[in-house]
Amino acid sequence: MENENIRKELVVSAIENGSVIDHIPAKSVFRVVKMLNLEDTDTQVTVGFNLESRKYGKKGIIKVSNKYFEDEEVNKIALVAPTATLIVIKDYKVTEKRNVKIPDEIRKIVKCVNPNCITNHQQVATRFTVIDKEDLKLQCHYCEKITGKNNIDIL
Amino acid sequence: MKNRSLVSITDYTKEEYIKILNLAEEFEKNPTQRILEDFVVATLFFEPSTRTRLSFESAASRLGAKVIGFSDATNSSVSKGESLKDTILTVSNYSDIIVMRHPREGSARFASEVSTVPIINAGDGGNQHPTQCLLDLYSIRKTQGKLDGLNVAFVGDLKYGRTVHSNVMALCNFNTTFHLVSPLELKLPSYVKMHIKGNNLNYHQYTDLSEVMPVADIIYMTRIQKERFSDPIEYEKVKNAYILTASMLSGCKENMRVLHPLPRVNEITEDVDVTKQAYYFQQALNGVYVRQALLASILGVK
Repeated sequence: MENENIRKELVVSAIENGSVIDHIPAKSVFRVVKMLNLEDTDTQVTVGFNLESRKYGKKGIIKVSNKYFEDEEVNKIALVAPTATLIVIKDYKVTEKRNVKIPDEIRKIVKCVNPNCITNHQQVATRFTVIDKEDLKLQCHYCEKITGKNNIDIL
Repeated sequence: MKNRSLVSITDYTKEEYIKILNLAEEFEKNPTQRILEDFVVATLFFEPSTRTRLSFESAASRLGAKVIGFSDATNSSVSKGESLKDTILTVSNYSDIIVMRHPREGSARFASEVSTVPIINAGDGGNQHPTQCLLDLYSIRKTQGKLDGLNVAFVGDLKYGRTVHSNVMALCNFNTTFHLVSPLELKLPSYVKMHIKGNNLNYHQYTDLSEVMPVADIIYMTRIQKERFSDPIEYEKVKNAYILTASMLSGCKENMRVLHPLPRVNEITEDVDVTKQAYYFQQALNGVYVRQALLASILGVK
């Protein structure tokens, strides 16, 4: 048992203060990094993927020091990582744990699937209403076409 | 409705449709009223559509409004690369209402968000054309004496035809039974059918036009375009199956009328024009009254 704990500690080091996004599908880790703009951050970020998970097989994890996410900021990752959990760490302790939820409206981050949509031709920020959260379907606020889960392209 | 843009047919409620139709009826009785003399109507046609533009300009002129605008983007600032936003903001300064047609889908919604004056969408690509839909409702009500509980058949390209989609959406408010006649490749999209089901209404699908003849109160014809088919052989197979001829009308209901958004190509033969079922030219005229009603009500005069 002790060995087991040590191994885990080596794989993902603990953080003092900040946020951990756990249970990300392994293949979506880099999309999540991009969606949260972590490439541009100065704070310490640890990204792990293809980690063993009892529940999900292979998972990804992102640890961000000294950063706390707003609901609106983090919920958008539910588009690519519906199973993700947000863990808030303060002074090495877990103070909060919650699942990400697909928001009712999505702005800016998804590209409209319709090549003739105005958002793909002029400087118009995309905006979608989520019309189906289970079988992810986004309806464009502008052209009214539906972008399905297989067509979701993150801007 | 004062100062509210009309972008999509679902922007209006059933009560608002009826208000517009009643107002259009008034204008049909008395089409020339100089009630918009103090107003400037801009018609911005980023792609040409002579019929729709003339219908709007006729409506505005009969009400005494001044009309400014362009009929083709090639001779406007758009050809110099001006953004839609800038064009709309500029024209908002010169006019009290903007009627626009644009080839991109969603352009009218975007324009309504940046404009300081209301926008009437006169067609945004394959998306919405709400004034066509309202004039169709007007024509249906006028020919049938009511909108509730009718059997309406849509024929032809039900997959890509935007008028069909908006008409189905709007008619879902009126307890309609839908009869959908199309080749298999051009069936009504499932999200529109879900809308019908969501309103606890029924639809029936057919591939043979003659089957709806005994039941339909309205037959709404649309054009089947060759370029919609992935397989040209499929097109050749079906292209003549959805043509309405005068002899096919023999078994139809007494009150049945044929509508078509026009322009027609060959989907209604000319021998239908002289039958009493033909209503498509009157339908186009009704467009002027409906557009008068929209201009007057959005500008807050009626």
